[in-house]
Amino acid sequence: MTDFDYGIIWNNLPFLLEGLQVTFLLTILSVVGGIILGTVLALVRIAKIPVASWFAAAYVNFFRSLPLILVIFWLYFLVPLLLGRPVGSFYSVLVAFVLFEAAYYSEIIRAGISSVRSGQIAAGRAIGLTYPQTMRYIVLPQAFKAMVPVLLTQAIILFQDTSLVYVVGLKDFLVSAELIANRDQRLVEMFVFVAIVYFSICFAGSLLARRLQKRLET
Amino acid sequence: MIEIKNADKWYGNFHVLSDCSTSVTKGEVVVVCGPSGSGKSTLIKCVNGLEPIDDGEITVDGIVVTDKNTDLNQLRAKIGMVFQNFELFPHMTALENVKIGQMKVLGRNAKEAHTRAAELLQRVGLKDHAEKFPAQLSGGQQQRVAIARGLAMDPIAMLFDEPTSALDPEMINDVLDVMVELAEEGMTMMVVTHEMGFAQKVADRVIFMDEGHIVEDAPKAEFFGSPRSDRAQLFLSKILSH
Repeated sequence: MTDFDYGIIWNNLPFLLEGLQVTFLLTILSVVGGIILGTVLALVRIAKIPVASWFAAAYVNFFRSLPLILVIFWLYFLVPLLLGRPVGSFYSVLVAFVLFEAAYYSEIIRAGISSVRSGQIAAGRAIGLTYPQTMRYIVLPQAFKAMVPVLLTQAIILFQDTSLVYVVGLKDFLVSAELIANRDQRLVEMFVFVAIVYFSICFAGSLLARRLQKRLET
Repeated sequence: MIEIKNADKWYGNFHVLSDCSTSVTKGEVVVVCGPSGSGKSTLIKCVNGLEPIDDGEITVDGIVVTDKNTDLNQLRAKIGMVFQNFELFPHMTALENVKIGQMKVLGRNAKEAHTRAAELLQRVGLKDHAEKFPAQLSGGQQQRVAIARGLAMDPIAMLFDEPTSALDPEMINDVLDVMVELAEEGMTMMVVTHEMGFAQKVADRVIFMDEGHIVEDAPKAEFFGSPRSDRAQLFLSKILSH
């Protein structure tokens, strides 16, 4: 191991942290956007609104049948085309993640809503709450509480998946590390470091999810 | 106040309500009893439109429940309902359970809702439990919170769907006491229950249902004294013998 120079990490830390920041920002915004859009999709599906529910189901099945990398790739070309102006790779990638993750989140949220006893809806309606009010104040808070560990697990998967932005050259953590590794010919050191960082963050996240799950079960 | 005319309802091929007609006048307490699956719970759930009927007409306070154009939410706000399994909102404290309808449906502000909720919790004997969550309360306490939740809407009538069936015996009386008090104060009540002691104490009329039919609909004295149908006699003999 004497040939290895781990100083390269220390010397390039600011640049790497900038990449890590992009990774985190992308993850957080995608999780938030994905949950919001996913909730809307789940509610539309459950409400059994004639055309809209069919559309929501088709949307979910469509995105769940595509590889993520393809969606990233397509939207990289499509978003600027649809908007008629360049938007930068970060935003096109963000749109791709939100659209893609919403399909997965919608299924998690739908299961969460179904897990709330139907008597709760009856009780909400019985005091005069409208259907949307019953969903908002009675059903969704209970559903989300039950879903937190699963949503977190999905967020960890998303965190790992953000590394796929590699295909469009967005400078996230992995791409930043690779640039330095290639420039200084320190591939092993850099990729060991990258692996440790990804592992630590994801492992900590999984532990947290497991603890939350345990707390819910007691 | 509550008028049910020729109500019919099917679950698939199962005729759960068949040609049911009855009425409840203001201030009247009507107990609905009958064997399991006789349609008694379904009947009272139809009164506030939680269950739609397939045929017939139900009016409450002059409002036609079965009319498609009726604003059911507005109507339900005026009719309190208590469920067999309490159905308190588990993510809210007892106080919040009693506040939510007042704030979101009646549009009362937080302070008004709080005052009224605290008042009602005291009335059902749970003043000291206001900040507890349903999971921290016993079944009897939960059901009393549920009654307070219904009363918070200042209802013109209260519906009870087997309010004591899910309770341990020692808690049944706490709930029944609250209901007796309500009845004595003149609340219009329709109560599905097997508690014949409650019926004998406060009911004005007793309805007996079997296989979706209203078999007997008689003043209390007449019902307990000399029920006309064999089916009701048999039911009473079974339920009163122990």
